[in-house]
Amino acid sequence: MTPEEQDQVRARQKSRALVTGLLLGFLAILFFAITLAKIGVSDQI
Amino acid sequence: MASSPIMSGTATPALPAHWRDFVALTKPRVMTLVVFTGLCGLLAAPDHIHPVLAFTAILCIALGAGAAATLNQWYEADIDAKMKRTANRPLPAGRMDRQSALHFGVGLSFFSVILMGMATNLLAAAVLTVSILFYVFVYTIWLKPRTAQNIVIGGAAGAFPPVIGWAAVTGDISALPVALFMLIFFWTPPHFWSLALFVRTDYAAAGIPMLPVVAGEVTTRRQIWLYTAIMAVAALAPVLLRLTGPIYGTAAIVGTAIFAALAFQVYRHRETDPANMAPEKRLFKYSILYLFLLFGAVVVDRWLLP
Repeated sequence: MTPEEQDQVRARQKSRALVTGLLLGFLAILFFAITLAKIGVSDQI
Repeated sequence: MASSPIMSGTATPALPAHWRDFVALTKPRVMTLVVFTGLCGLLAAPDHIHPVLAFTAILCIALGAGAAATLNQWYEADIDAKMKRTANRPLPAGRMDRQSALHFGVGLSFFSVILMGMATNLLAAAVLTVSILFYVFVYTIWLKPRTAQNIVIGGAAGAFPPVIGWAAVTGDISALPVALFMLIFFWTPPHFWSLALFVRTDYAAAGIPMLPVVAGEVTTRRQIWLYTAIMAVAALAPVLLRLTGPIYGTAAIVGTAIFAALAFQVYRHRETDPANMAPEKRLFKYSILYLFLLFGAVVVDRWLLP
């Protein structure tokens, strides 16, 4: 693999890692919000 | 073209796939209609759901549809490579290895179903499961390569979203979501066959037995007209059964009349050159607008005239 190809692979890995991180952050917030919504629902019962 | 089958099926690309290619696998444009009909099913339900749970339900419908689309492309990578319309998808273009697509599709399927079950209820999760399995196993693997009736029966897969949206809110399935299911089910043949008429050569090259390839264009035009008549009954059924109000009634009558007029033009048209198939392209485009219009009207009816 040439240095240029290595750079390309690195760049792609970096962008995938960034997107995965953002998705995990989003899911953490979503699960927290679902938990709050569920607690709210059970409180009303 | 010569290298496509190898690239699509077995070759491992030198570069790891770009994240945009994973998004492309989920067919985001097709997902728009799925999300919209699912959202309409959810909003038309006679009950309330917490906005966060409603958002999660729609997200799960979108992810489930994306998972099914991914598995469809994983299975059909070799066929996609033979069609101009699909040759640039991530797998046939060689931008992603097939195993990554399989893992992504299976993972997304499980995730969407489990999240749906956790956030809403088991019935919604079960119907979502059935819709994914139906699309992958019944439509993609079983029907599509074998019969010209593939999209008639396979169309059921795309008809599930309003049922899932409704079930996510109410926990049951009543007459209106079933009527909406039937509407999409009978809308699918004229929608897809109008497209198949002007991309017939693509399907023929890939060996897919779409109706225009197997039975010819005249038969396809007649079938479009026939299914439009059945679809009209399905579109008017919610009105006749008093499941919806006057807004949907007006939209259904006017929208279906226009649909029927366009389908009749297609029926009478005798052009074989795709470049001159203006009525077919018009019907295809209008059919998408039609579904948006009718589903939107169901929601407006429910919210403005409860």
